Amino acid sequence: MTRALMSGNHTAGYALIAAGEANRGARGCCSGVYPITPQTEIIEYLCAARLTKGAIVPVESEHSALNVCIGASINGARAFTASSSNGVLYMAENLFAAANYRLPIVMAVSNRTVGPPWNLWADQGDSLALRDAAWLQFYCESHQDLADTILVAFRVAEDARILLPAIVAQDGFLLSHTQMVVDLPEQGLVDRYLPPLELAHRLDPAHPRAYGGMTWPRDTVKQREEQQASMDLVPAVLEEALDEFADVFGRRPDGALTAEFTEDADTVLVACTTMVRTAREVVKRRRAAGEKVGLVKVKLFRPFLRDQFVQAVGSARRVAVLDRNHAPGSGGIFWTEAATSLRSRPDIVVQDYIVGMGGGNVTPADIDGIVDDVQQRGGSDAPVFIREVAV
Amino acid sequence: MNTAAAAVTHRPRDEALWRAGNGACVGCGMSLGLQWLDQALDEERPYLIVPASCAVVTPGSHPATAYGVPMVASTFAGSAAVATGVSRIARLNGETEPIVCWAGDGGTYDIGMATLSAAAERNEDVIYFCYDNEIYGNTGGQRSSATMPGVKTTTTPSGKTEPKKDIMAIMAAHRVPYAATLSLSNRDDFMRKMETARQTQGFRFLVMLSPCPAGWKSDPARGIELARLAVGCGLFPLYEVFDGVRYRINERPDGTPLTDYMAGQGRYKSKTIDVDAVAAGIAEQQAHLEALERAFPARGDE
Repeated sequence: MTRALMSGNHTAGYALIAAGEANRGARGCCSGVYPITPQTEIIEYLCAARLTKGAIVPVESEHSALNVCIGASINGARAFTASSSNGVLYMAENLFAAANYRLPIVMAVSNRTVGPPWNLWADQGDSLALRDAAWLQFYCESHQDLADTILVAFRVAEDARILLPAIVAQDGFLLSHTQMVVDLPEQGLVDRYLPPLELAHRLDPAHPRAYGGMTWPRDTVKQREEQQASMDLVPAVLEEALDEFADVFGRRPDGALTAEFTEDADTVLVACTTMVRTAREVVKRRRAAGEKVGLVKVKLFRPFLRDQFVQAVGSARRVAVLDRNHAPGSGGIFWTEAATSLRSRPDIVVQDYIVGMGGGNVTPADIDGIVDDVQQRGGSDAPVFIREVAV
Repeated sequence: MNTAAAAVTHRPRDEALWRAGNGACVGCGMSLGLQWLDQALDEERPYLIVPASCAVVTPGSHPATAYGVPMVASTFAGSAAVATGVSRIARLNGETEPIVCWAGDGGTYDIGMATLSAAAERNEDVIYFCYDNEIYGNTGGQRSSATMPGVKTTTTPSGKTEPKKDIMAIMAAHRVPYAATLSLSNRDDFMRKMETARQTQGFRFLVMLSPCPAGWKSDPARGIELARLAVGCGLFPLYEVFDGVRYRINERPDGTPLTDYMAGQGRYKSKTIDVDAVAAGIAEQQAHLEALERAFPARGDE
């Protein structure tokens, strides 16, 4: 086992390259790359890597970066890229194209506020703005989670039952530019975990097909139904991928949703990414003080597993959703999913807290305040905006 | 190459690159261009990358297609980048199929310009073919930067006031291995240039004036004739540029009056059109080309 002190960005770069290299016995790998803060170190890592059979192509925009991936993927290669913020939005139309072509491209996203006005810091509004593009979306809480989830994402995306692209997101700077010790997946094991990609519908001169000509309403409905059917299979395929990961690497990454201290909880926090780590400490401390507080970590946002979410919340009567994002006119985006999932539970308070938006620090005191607040509420109310306290 | 072959079906109809039954308009230059592309590539079967355009609408609707070779529709601005990915993986796997972008002037001169420029700068192993009908034809005839001055479109109802963008100068400035203009009126020249493109490695840029009866408001039967008049009056000069620096003019204007070309095209029936100014622009363009060819001629073996 190789252990290394790695930044989130270099961890993501390592995992992407290992996945690409694992396809050297098949049609190779390819990445179109373009820099943007805070993911730039990912694409720098890709450009410095030595691949047995691969092409890293530095292009002139994120729009082209993803299009290079689309061209490579439809020609049978394992394809991946990375982006952030406006870069994700600049490639937006191609995200839809990739999913509609059922191409298992994996993109590492270092989440950052969308501008202008420019703000470099973590906010999930970039990838969440593309929530309807039919990409799987994973949100990671640690460097290890990131390395492992990128490999799991390839495995799930490339599964013949799924064939949808995947975003694996980390908080910009909070993970991307901090370092943690990571068990780096060794190439030999990655080779075992990610079999050669055989994309059945790839370009084939012997069987010429037209990809993306004109379609009619019935075709669009069918296409969306098929995407939905694949999304519905993600929970089962993901569990298989995690089991297989455990067999190969000897550790099992967290799945779509993780319930912690929820069995008898009357108050449950819902969080993702680095906020989970802070929330977990608060929950542990309040548990030690005898409070029935629990935590649901949401790692998989698309598909959002509504039934599993309701189960994870259990018999709790108060749910506080932490959203590092905001959909003006609606509220927090994770809250929308939580409230929709819990619509059959009118007895429950599902309160939205917009916290850490624009990269604001989320402290244990913030989360203590959220727990205190939700515990005195008799019903759900408008989203609560929590501003960063000036240090 | 025998010009009479133009009327001959090149291969069995169901194996053609561009098959019968497509929905292109009568007299569509793009449609004939696709057939000539097929004939020029002969036994080679290309991959086509087609941005939003008539070339992605007229092959018919799913699951039918008029294309007899693999065709990937890209987003409007993206064909040269998708082609990059396809080409890189093909070459990594030792596959030699020509990777051909087949794009209109909107997808080339305008929305696709940054992508095109970048792919040219990277010298990707791609043939980029622009069928230029000087208009956004697929959306019903709006101006593009390829539209000639004076031309009426739905977004320039009184006639366009700006000159046509010099796409060849832009592509030559990228120092691409090969760039050439093609006309449906000059079949031998078309086929020879396609062969040069085929034999060249790296980024190759070809632009063909593409008669568009619907957009030009012209008689569908007169498309080839209009293409010939465009070359004859100098509006669409036939030339090629090697490595972006060595020039060869393939055919010189024959004194055809510009008004002969404009006559019979409804798009030129504008009260504000200044024929003398357009003619002066054409003469200046020709003089510029002549000077370039004199100063930087193509080599004898090119």
